[in-house]
Amino acid sequence: MSKEDNAVWRFFASVKLALFVLFILAATSIIGTLIPQNNPPDFYFQEFGPSLTRLFMILDLHRMYNSWWFLMLLMLFSMNLIICTLDRLPNVWRMVVVDNLATTPERLEKMEQRARFAASDTPAATAGALHGVLAASGWKAKQAERPEGLLLFAQKAAWSRLGVYAVHLSILIIFAGAIIGALFGFKAGVLIPEGATVAEVYEYGTNRPIPLGFELRCNRFEIEYYANGMPKEYRSELTVTDQQRNKTFTRSIEVNDPLDHRGITFYQSSYEPTNEFLIEIENPAAKEKKLFRIPAGQQISWPDTDISFGIINMMEGERGGDTRFKIWFSDGKGEPAVFWMPDSVSATIPRDDQEYAFSLKQIYATGLQVAKDPGVWVVYIGCGLMLIGLYVAFFLSHQRIWVYIRPEGSTSRVLLCGTSNKNRIGFERNFAGIAEKIRQNPSITETEVAS
Amino acid sequence: MTSSQLLGFTTFAYLASAALYLVVFVFRAPRIGPLATLVTAAAWLINTAGIGLRWQESHQMGIGYAPLSNMYESLVFFAWSIAIFYLGLEWRYKNRVLGAFAMPFAFLSMAYASFSTQFGKEIKPLVPALQSNWLIAHVITCFVGYAAFAVACGFGIMYLLRARNEEKGGGTAGGLMATLPELKVIDDLTHKTIIFGFLWLSAGIITGAIWANSAWGTYWSWDPKETWSLITWFMYAATLHARFTRGWAGKRIAWLAIIGFLAVIFTYYGVNFLLSGLHSYGRG
Ligand code: HEM
Repeated sequence: MSKEDNAVWRFFASVKLALFVLFILAATSIIGTLIPQNNPPDFYFQEFGPSLTRLFMILDLHRMYNSWWFLMLLMLFSMNLIICTLDRLPNVWRMVVVDNLATTPERLEKMEQRARFAASDTPAATAGALHGVLAASGWKAKQAERPEGLLLFAQKAAWSRLGVYAVHLSILIIFAGAIIGALFGFKAGVLIPEGATVAEVYEYGTNRPIPLGFELRCNRFEIEYYANGMPKEYRSELTVTDQQRNKTFTRSIEVNDPLDHRGITFYQSSYEPTNEFLIEIENPAAKEKKLFRIPAGQQISWPDTDISFGIINMMEGERGGDTRFKIWFSDGKGEPAVFWMPDSVSATIPRDDQEYAFSLKQIYATGLQVAKDPGVWVVYIGCGLMLIGLYVAFFLSHQRIWVYIRPEGSTSRVLLCGTSNKNRIGFERNFAGIAEKIRQNPSITETEVAS
Repeated sequence: MTSSQLLGFTTFAYLASAALYLVVFVFRAPRIGPLATLVTAAAWLINTAGIGLRWQESHQMGIGYAPLSNMYESLVFFAWSIAIFYLGLEWRYKNRVLGAFAMPFAFLSMAYASFSTQFGKEIKPLVPALQSNWLIAHVITCFVGYAAFAVACGFGIMYLLRARNEEKGGGTAGGLMATLPELKVIDDLTHKTIIFGFLWLSAGIITGAIWANSAWGTYWSWDPKETWSLITWFMYAATLHARFTRGWAGKRIAWLAIIGFLAVIFTYYGVNFLLSGLHSYGRG
């Protein structure tokens, strides 16, 4: 059975199906913008009640873009695109590579654009002159002997007929990239307190631990603020230690500027203050200094001294960086000092006989989004191809021009004709320009203007 | 002179431009056509200066950023894109009646930007996620596409008006509608404008995906804004295929140009104010 009368083939090759699928994809996609996606069942129960929730669960409407029926629609769309393209491409390819010097005189006489001339020279001499005219307008012509005379042919952008197929192929490439990402990649997250090191991250949705194959340490996390208190930048300084590859390096990441190592990318996505603090106390008189890493709410002693201290309260300010901490400090002599201080500064504590320097820094944990997506470059290549293909399909056209020269006694008759697959108006203008240049040749006169 | 003064002027200049084109059309007064063009070009220059000055002001405040980052700024840029797109069309097709169907969109966009209380208009520093060159590319490409779709919608309306008039026997002989281009010409213009918009919308979706990937590690997360831009894209893709493979033309394409633009408006406005998602920065 030939593919022309195979009903299944015809079904998948039809553009009616394409219109239908595009419409259904557009219409069903709306659902997922109205029903919040990827929440736990309880959420839907509370928002929508039991019967709607049951319906959602049956039709997977709470995760509809991954549901079986939506993926089936995308499959149908792809099948349609592939078969439709396979159905038409051979004919289009023929149009790209066809030998236009074999076009019959009958076809030439029926071209959309035609002009006729009489030339006072032989066909060979006239052809020479017309090659020049065409070349002057940017058309490089080929020539062939025909039983009745000479045929010249020139064309522009024959390959532009393939633009449509580049667009269609680009959609499939993007799908392929998305599938590669879904099969071989992951989306995960991890929270690393400053100073801590992790070797695994946790997949979104399942919380499954995924080993990285290397170690990642967060040295520091900082937030920069604008003058009005809005956050300006979140920044984490990370160190990668990769023993397998004998490689260690440190790099800062920001939102919009992630770190990539071995195909795994770490994005700055959130942060959390922890309940731990770095405290540094200096006793200048005794030239003593010590760094403590302590939790809040506990009394800590500096061993072998009379000093003890603690963070007994905190008060959040207008914005993240404004939190203030209430400190309790005693050096064993007299009343303990109790005072408030902000994060990341140094305070002086005057005591009877000396001063202490006291600095505090709250320890933060940086929240990283971790993604591995080996398909992303495939997707990007598809996107680039799509833009190029759209430009070619919309703005370039395959323009063809023939000049048929027949002898008449010692003079010649000339038929100039041409056609374009798109942009008729632009082509008409080009064609008229060439006809005008031919007319200006002293050995040629126009005999009749067609159409 | 501040940027908000300039942009305030812009609103009234576009009002004048739209009104003049409507006068050219409704009162068949081609003589004031050149004035309409002049006012439009001036309005567009003021609009440009307003955007430029706002850019400079943000730098003076020490938070320099391209003013394309919130609802207000995108509406201003939307009006700017409609005006320059329309001026290009007028120059190319030498027809001023088109202005009566295009420039009102530029005015409406500026008027909504200026008078709405749904979002703030002040220059505010950018939160970290919005500090990306891909975001700038994303906004520019999307809004050039949206501008083309707005104008295509205007042409769709123009087509339906003239078609209804001809059906009622107004014919091609006289009447107000006779000053409109022929149906065949409007149809072709609508189609070409949609094609132009489609190319830019495709580029807009792609640059948005690249931005999302650089900020969050996912180029596509089906958030409502993304999904609605894809829905819009599907609708225009269907419209184009209906035309060049099934020969749809005339009224059907005119309606699709209007419906497509409704989808654009929903993507732009509805998602920000009726649905929720990652793009909630529009709520100012
Ligand atoms: C949303 C996805 C799609 C996009 C962006 C797209 C894009 C295009 C473009 C740009 C053209 C060229 C238009 C022109 O010549 O001016 C085209 C033509 C065409 N498309 Fe699609 N297309 C899509 C889906 C489909 C599907 C699913 C089919 C399946 C049948 C299809 C079938 C066709 C056909 C038959 C043509 C005409 C080809 C020709 O002129 O020989 N398209 N498409």
